[in-house]
Amino acid sequence: MDNCVIEVEHLTKRFGDFTAVDDITFSVRKGEIFGFLGANGAGKTTAMRMLTGLSFPTSGRGQVAGFDIRTQSEMIKKHIGYMSQKFALYGDLTVKDNMELFAGIYGVSRREAGKRIGELLERLSLAGERNTMVRELPQGWKQKLAFSVSIIHRPGIVFLDEPTGGVDPAARRQFWELIYEAVDEGITAFVTTHYMDEAEYCNRISMMVDGRIEALDSPSALKKEYGVSSVAEIFDILARGAKRTE
Amino acid sequence: MDSIVIHNLRKSYGKGRLPAVDLAGEYRIGKGEMFGIIGPDGAGKTTLFRMLATLVSPESGKAEIEGLDIVKDYRKIRTILGYMPDRFSLYPDLSVKENLEFFASVFGQSIDRNSSLIENIYCRLRPFENRMAGKLSGGMKQKLALCCSLIHSPSVLFLDEPTTGVDPSSRRELWENLAHLKANGMTIVVSTAYMDEADRCDRVAMMKEGKFLAVDSPRAIVSKFDRKLISVRSDEMFRLLNDLRSMDVVEKCYTFGDSHHMVLKPDARTDAGGIASVLEQDFGHRNVSVSEISATLEDCYMNLEDK
Repeated sequence: MDNCVIEVEHLTKRFGDFTAVDDITFSVRKGEIFGFLGANGAGKTTAMRMLTGLSFPTSGRGQVAGFDIRTQSEMIKKHIGYMSQKFALYGDLTVKDNMELFAGIYGVSRREAGKRIGELLERLSLAGERNTMVRELPQGWKQKLAFSVSIIHRPGIVFLDEPTGGVDPAARRQFWELIYEAVDEGITAFVTTHYMDEAEYCNRISMMVDGRIEALDSPSALKKEYGVSSVAEIFDILARGAKRTE
Repeated sequence: MDSIVIHNLRKSYGKGRLPAVDLAGEYRIGKGEMFGIIGPDGAGKTTLFRMLATLVSPESGKAEIEGLDIVKDYRKIRTILGYMPDRFSLYPDLSVKENLEFFASVFGQSIDRNSSLIENIYCRLRPFENRMAGKLSGGMKQKLALCCSLIHSPSVLFLDEPTTGVDPSSRRELWENLAHLKANGMTIVVSTAYMDEADRCDRVAMMKEGKFLAVDSPRAIVSKFDRKLISVRSDEMFRLLNDLRSMDVVEKCYTFGDSHHMVLKPDARTDAGGIASVLEQDFGHRNVSVSEISATLEDCYMNLEDK
């Protein structure tokens, strides 16, 4: 389908006799914010590693950003963005160095990179800080920078792996507004989070339990289906049924 | 009785920098109290924990834990204090059981003697006893770290963002465990980025730039919120956010789960009904739902810096 950025069928990953991801089938539409939820150990990380071309599925098939996850993983890596809270930028490189480094890694041509970096510095009001070491920046700026750098090659989709873990309520909201802006410009966002209020910001969410996707729909449709008033309650209902203890 | 007394405590890293912690005056935390610290990154929470845990010395001022001075009596403090740092600090290449045995031996204890205190938590780890700690999932690492920090039956427990990266169910489990420890008389100081967790504390300190801006019970903090707060929804949430911000009666507007919360200016002469009709008529929003609500702790946090 043309309007899907991710489309996978029966995706499965086994490690020995342990099935980390168990036959998942789903798609992510172009331009949506897709929340990928689940308890620790439910299989989210393994699934995400397959979607980003870092891990080869045991069985099943699918496409990400128009490339086959079994045969074109290198192409996938070039055409997606990725950011996590744990690792985002090199603290002992300057703002501009970080931008240049990631533009280079993502294969943006030197001339184009120069142009985009200039625009980005302007847009993030970081022009005066271009030669500042990233570790010296306030957390909020670091986050903005990390996110902008992860989409410097203008990918169709960006994977955000717990981008707001351990972040205070004010900074978390600022970060989500960045996501909204990027999506407004046509990027698709695939997000994992443990904050259930953030799940409400997504167009659609999936809930993973024991390697399977147990629920997938818009937050409001799911709340109606489960007869509850918040995504947190759905999480509790589904997590209670989990057999796997991490 | 006081368990922790802080007096003009201050710590800076390097000249010309703002102090990481700069607590002027006196703060007391009672025995058996659950005391929460919330604040943005860089507020000084971790530095405060490290000072109170005798890992870095204060630049000036002093503090006492159970009557012991954090500088002079640091050795004694370490025997009565449990500290779970904000990053994984166990031995990844030792098994779950070996980590526990190691920490027990450091404190000259056997695991059996303290099993009642940690049994509730350790029972979930037992099936993985022989797994390397580095191979555990995030939630399991957290449980093991908590067990290790409780191995010597401390009377005071420090937890620096214990639930970062932990899923909602495991978070609740952790807080049930903490309630159990508190019921046993333990003093607990915990920092968190989750306001629902701060809500569970007896008192909460809102920390920023090294200072406590407010210290009070969650209920008292919430009751002091004196502005009109309104919750709004429509079919187009992102556009709604910007539209609300453009209204001149609005002082501040932020996302709040499935709705937006907006704080009205003190002199604003409008109400929920008035805002609903503006949104429908002037901005063309559909399925608008507007209601006046009372503030939560998270609302207070969001409006803190403006005061």
